[in-house]
Amino acid sequence: MSKNEFLQVTAAGIYCRPGDFYIDPWQAVDRAVITHAHADHARPDCRRYLAAADSEGLLRLRLGEDVRLQPMAYGETVALNGVTVSLHPAGHVLGSAQVRIEHKGQVWVVSGDYKNETDSTCAAFEQLKCHTFVTESTFGLPVFKWRPQADIFADINGWWRANQAQAKTSVLLAYSLGKAQRVIAGLDADIGPIFTHGAVENVNQCYRQAGISLPATRHVAAVEDKNNFAGAMVVAPPSADTPAYTRRFANPGKAFTSGWMQIRGMRRRRVVDRGFVLSDHCDWRGLTDTIMASEAENVWVTHGYSAEVVRYLRERSLNARQVETQFSSGIDRTEA
Amino acid sequence: MKLFSKLYTALDETTRTNVKVQALVDYFQQAPPEDAVWAIHFLIGRKPRQVVPTRKLKEWAAQLAGIPDWLFDASYEVVGDLAETITLVLPLSNRTQNRPLHVWVEDILLPLRGKDEAVQQRAITDAWQQLDNPQRFVCNKLITGAFRVGVSQRLVTRALSQVSGIDAAVIAHRLMGEWTPDAETYHQILSTDTRDTDISRPYPFYLAYPLDQDVTDLGAIEDWQAEWKWDGIRAQVIKREDRVFIWSRGEELVTDKFPEIVQAAQRLPDGTALDGEILAWQNEQPLNFSVLQRRIGRKNIGTKLLKEVPVVLMAYDILEVHGNDVRDRSLAQRFKDLTRILAALPQEGILNISPVAAGSWLQLGEARAQARSRGVEGLMLKRLSSPYRVGRRRGDWWKWKVDPLTIDAVLLYAQPGHGRRSGLYTDYTFAVWDADKLVPFAKAYSGLTDAEIRRVDRFVRTHTLERFGPVRSVDPELVFEIAFEDIRRSSRHKSGIAVRFPRILRWRTDKKIQDADSLQTLKSLLTAA
Repeated sequence: MSKNEFLQVTAAGIYCRPGDFYIDPWQAVDRAVITHAHADHARPDCRRYLAAADSEGLLRLRLGEDVRLQPMAYGETVALNGVTVSLHPAGHVLGSAQVRIEHKGQVWVVSGDYKNETDSTCAAFEQLKCHTFVTESTFGLPVFKWRPQADIFADINGWWRANQAQAKTSVLLAYSLGKAQRVIAGLDADIGPIFTHGAVENVNQCYRQAGISLPATRHVAAVEDKNNFAGAMVVAPPSADTPAYTRRFANPGKAFTSGWMQIRGMRRRRVVDRGFVLSDHCDWRGLTDTIMASEAENVWVTHGYSAEVVRYLRERSLNARQVETQFSSGIDRTEA
Repeated sequence: MKLFSKLYTALDETTRTNVKVQALVDYFQQAPPEDAVWAIHFLIGRKPRQVVPTRKLKEWAAQLAGIPDWLFDASYEVVGDLAETITLVLPLSNRTQNRPLHVWVEDILLPLRGKDEAVQQRAITDAWQQLDNPQRFVCNKLITGAFRVGVSQRLVTRALSQVSGIDAAVIAHRLMGEWTPDAETYHQILSTDTRDTDISRPYPFYLAYPLDQDVTDLGAIEDWQAEWKWDGIRAQVIKREDRVFIWSRGEELVTDKFPEIVQAAQRLPDGTALDGEILAWQNEQPLNFSVLQRRIGRKNIGTKLLKEVPVVLMAYDILEVHGNDVRDRSLAQRFKDLTRILAALPQEGILNISPVAAGSWLQLGEARAQARSRGVEGLMLKRLSSPYRVGRRRGDWWKWKVDPLTIDAVLLYAQPGHGRRSGLYTDYTFAVWDADKLVPFAKAYSGLTDAEIRRVDRFVRTHTLERFGPVRSVDPELVFEIAFEDIRRSSRHKSGIAVRFPRILRWRTDKKIQDADSLQTLKSLLTAA
């Protein structure tokens, strides 16, 4: 994209020249508008941050207590160099936002990561209309098709009960920010106690402080008697799946929660007992429906199956193009 | 088919052998015989001829899913499994039929062969719409035939043995050869009546492991027999009730391909089963395996081919003598039996005893190093006291192959793998230097660790030059040491050579592409081989 365009991708990230701000930059810049607190979108060392108020606790946890952060309510507008900016729920994780930019009658929306299934741990996705829509494409292939989350939670609770009947510890691997809280909110706390890895517990505190209701959880490290784990649920990030960590759980059953678990080969590669298909991103249908409903004439497609999504949109007469960013989307690299 | 798809899911979800066997036992205890026999058939890797071409399946699935063909292909590239891709792109079904497995196979799928395309399409798309995802997936597997689910014949045998109380070796034997998947066969497989009626039935082959220790650790040379390891077709030649049957190791009946062996074997006493290697042979020397392949590839073996590719059997074991199963006897005893029986035949040069190599471990080591010039792959080491076992076992039989040929080559193209490696770039094409150009000469898929595969995958994604469908060309940067067994000239390959069993020996992170080998060096191996 040329330098004259309203939005451009520079070495530092997606840049709005007239407004003089970046969206989720991957280098330290003067002013960053942040869509959400995941590490590939919220990077440290920028001078000023602007983000949704719901994400404030998470951003301070991840970037440091003393970052210069201007929180905004969803829907609130701010003028940056005469460009109107507002944030709208993206439904991805707590505080995730789509960035809506309006200038001289034109509207751009940068989605960040999003999902349009409702979720009790964050504000529901808001469908916006715009002229140019910048969308992710993490699960942009028709093989990705999510079942309703209630079904998945029922499966997870069923798996937990079955493990419990054999006095096994259920170790559920889920990304520590977002996925873990969503899963915990879906657990049936009547089955047994829920323990967490430290990285998950920290984020739980942020969620609770933001007013999200989660069942009671306890940090694994705070438990002295290992017998307490038999029949219990442990929620830990995938990085904790090491012998050193899981050794403390007698006879653990392991499961992984991710949209990637839709694919059998990836499930087998993970070497877990179960893979639950649960994602913080849209499935194919959600993605294409959202793009169509945005009524955008121009669609910029970032991280994921962008080549495929672009071709599909072009065949539907949309002006679509691939945009290279440094946001991650692969199974081995991201929080999906 | 619900029960069978449940079994498939259970097998697929675990890597633990005991859990797999238990899942199989549970299944066989519940499934009716007419279903169970089909389950065995598929699980041990047999497949009926495909009833519908793969291309058509893709087309119909894309049509039913309302997506363009290219998007189906792009999805397949990521999923790495056709049956699964079809299952996932189709709209979820809200009906679920539960017809028995044998009804699906016998009444719905198999009769489709040769039918009008419209009839086939209706039947298959109906099936898709009637099944939930796990059953739909299994149904697709039945159609496409690629049924790998990490279950070996041995596990199925073990489970059947547990269910029936019949010895696993007896079950393994009964699963050999040709049988019709019906209820009667199932009863025969589990029958306590040990008299078997099928006169063609071969014995399960005993397979050796590659030697992974110092040869002198095997103990005294006097306890061992060393034989040349031939590069031919492992086969059992069986003569019973005046008829000859030749079985390949893949349990294919290949009798028709080797009429001269059949003729010679007619003179064997009734109730004989020989184990050995079929080789293309001329002037006291084995011919290259590629020559022998011409005999397998043809439907009709004419006189011209018989003359151009003369074959012999190098027999090294005997499993049945005068109708008695002698697999429990020692190798020393069996070899005596073999020698006695073959020596009694007129010497025509077709049925031979595979020669034994003699000498100390040191001398055998020297003989092994000369293997290539003799046209063999190395030596087989067999304990003289060993019985003839079932399947691949460690301890008594070892293959001691000559070290492979190796060359340093540059990664040029990559393509996503299948199964456990789906969505990862794991299938590579390697090149060597021809002056200042890199010429591809081999594809290799195996040899890297999971961690290395992930690193190469990342490299491929970030260093793609061009895409050709699923294939990506990459910046020539990475050097690998490639090993292979054999090299020969080939007019079909751009490089002018073809290598056999190429695989990655190691990733040479210490080398730059300038350090990779040249086509000239590669060709110089032609004489070595």
